[in-house]
Amino acid sequence: MEKFITHRGTGVPLKQSNVDTDQIIPAVYLKRITKTGFDDALFAGWRKNPDFVLSQDVYKDGSVLVAGSDFGTGSSREHAVWALRDYGFNVVISSRFADIFRGNSGKQGLLAAQVDQSDVELLWKLMDEQPGIEIEVDLESKTITCDTVTVPFQIDDYTRWRLMEGLDDIGLTLQHDEDVKAYEDGRPAFKPVTLPAKS
Amino acid sequence: MSETTGARTTAQDSSATPRTLAEKVWTDHLVRQGENGQPDLIYIDLHLVHEVTSPQAFEGLRLAGRGLRRPDLTIATEDHNTPTEDIFSTIKDETSRKQIDTLRANCEEFGVRLHSLGDAEQGIVHVVGPQLGLTQPGMTVVCGDSHTSTHGAFGALAFGIGTSEVEHVMATQTLSLAPFKTMAITVEGTLKPGVTSKDIILAVIAKIGTGGGQGYVLEFRGSAIRSLSMEARMTICNMSIEAGARAGMIAPDQTTFDYVQGRPHAPQGEDWDAAVEYWKTLHTDEGAEFDNEVFIDADELEPFVTWGTNPGQGVPLSEPVPNPEDAGDDNAKDAARRALEYMGLEAGTPMKEIPVDTVFLGSCTNSRIEDLRIAADIVKGRTKAENVRMMVVPGSAKVRLQAEAEGLDQVFRDFGADWRFAGCSMCLGMNPDQLAPGERCASTSNRNFEGRQGKGGRTHLVSPVVAAATAVRGTLSAPSDLESVPAV
Ligand code: SF4
Repeated sequence: MEKFITHRGTGVPLKQSNVDTDQIIPAVYLKRITKTGFDDALFAGWRKNPDFVLSQDVYKDGSVLVAGSDFGTGSSREHAVWALRDYGFNVVISSRFADIFRGNSGKQGLLAAQVDQSDVELLWKLMDEQPGIEIEVDLESKTITCDTVTVPFQIDDYTRWRLMEGLDDIGLTLQHDEDVKAYEDGRPAFKPVTLPAKS
Repeated sequence: MSETTGARTTAQDSSATPRTLAEKVWTDHLVRQGENGQPDLIYIDLHLVHEVTSPQAFEGLRLAGRGLRRPDLTIATEDHNTPTEDIFSTIKDETSRKQIDTLRANCEEFGVRLHSLGDAEQGIVHVVGPQLGLTQPGMTVVCGDSHTSTHGAFGALAFGIGTSEVEHVMATQTLSLAPFKTMAITVEGTLKPGVTSKDIILAVIAKIGTGGGQGYVLEFRGSAIRSLSMEARMTICNMSIEAGARAGMIAPDQTTFDYVQGRPHAPQGEDWDAAVEYWKTLHTDEGAEFDNEVFIDADELEPFVTWGTNPGQGVPLSEPVPNPEDAGDDNAKDAARRALEYMGLEAGTPMKEIPVDTVFLGSCTNSRIEDLRIAADIVKGRTKAENVRMMVVPGSAKVRLQAEAEGLDQVFRDFGADWRFAGCSMCLGMNPDQLAPGERCASTSNRNFEGRQGKGGRTHLVSPVVAAATAVRGTLSAPSDLESVPAV
């Protein structure tokens, strides 16, 4: 996972609340066997509509999604985060995230930044006035800057630390490799192994 | 249990404070105690892998340039997508074939032992582990599959994990885990003839509800549990997850040791003695406290069957389809109404008058040799109801071979049942064995969700003896409903 300190990119206004993970990535895409390449699956149902925000050229390269409240509800599928990340999103801004989605994001290096609903609306207004305007997200100072406006966002300290260090769950555990080795050294000899195969 | 809630018993107080079985196993796998509310790091003794939940985990390793830490604590088998007839021709469904091919390539690349279709050790992942003697008391066992709880029958702490966690175990052989709570389910008494461990667990789920076990490790105990065989214990632990539990466990005893001894990967010689000595310490201490307790009277139990679309919607077979208006709150009433509509049932119809189209004997809940033996015993010398098709799907190739050695396949064939190769089969609609829309099935599997066995299919969960009796009479039936077999 790459370290996340600041990010600057095109903002995409998704003026909808309760965007569930079935909308973010429909179930048909879950049959795949890869962990990447889900960019085409993101909002697949909605992208057929020419009026949908990502169907518009100016937002195609967007990397900061500014969504309505209760983003990421529904099924716990991790694919929702993979799809957002694969499409090119580094940040999702909303006034409220579903817990599981928020947890999954942190694990995959996608920043879920929580702001007040009034600030979401302020950002939407700026993006309406200047479509394609860039948004800068600073994890160090926990602020979002767009044009001349700067608003604060919330994130728990632990996730913030992990993102800034670029540590995924596995990376974190590997920091304790000495402990794991020590444990392995003390495992009883009678514990079974699968290799070599016996039958 | 305040500070010592669930597994979060600290090493220091471990000798002094009485502990539950689950807490003992947890403590013995503690690599690192979490600080400031962070999760503990727990060592994993055995990682079972199958084709559905592993591809992205293997890919994650590759993307991050990481290796598989302990191939020697990992084993893979093909089960969910595999066909149960014609197993040597190419799998027709493209997605299924791709998942299987990917598993084979990944196991090759990362050095994982794999039992493929056609191999004598292939089968449902939860049948294969115990059969090889790889599942032993006091272990931590995980798999990207919720029914990993099956292995808890050995006094192992065994639970299903998500794909990210599968990758985590592959890379580190550990998991970061938050503490769980413990619930004792005490079943005292003697089961009546024709009542099995499947009926115990269906009754438990009907009692505590499909969410009743949430956050808990269930420990099944009491005289009725101790009298059960390992196979029967596995059925109970297998379905703990249907009560929402994290895992189910049963303290190991002589029955457990006898089952493990002599299996291919069981400890031998001095190791065996050391292992048994340790295993004997794996029981809940006198005075240990559970966060919750439930009592079941085994004498009162009858064959149980589900009428709805979740495993908690069950009744004794002798009762009628319940009236939704009698269900608890408005939500429950509503759910019951919707379930009856999906199931095509009328409240008040005696369960025993419901005709079925299909009987499925199989799945990781009830496809072991003992399940096949007791079902064969019932159908032997009897004739199958004409309106019914019966599929018998052994849980593993080994079970199939053993059944054939005992002549059980012939008993089933003579009866008119379909004798298949091993796999998950009709337990889930992922391989060719599926119900047609509206088709009604008495199934020994574990989930009666809408569409679980095929789109529009209607599932009644039953024990193997009820499945067999149902195949004879054509309507949901208990063995006691059958006329005796004429002497030959
Ligand atoms: S038999 Fe059914 S429940 Fe068991 S592992 Fe296979 S699909 Fe899952």
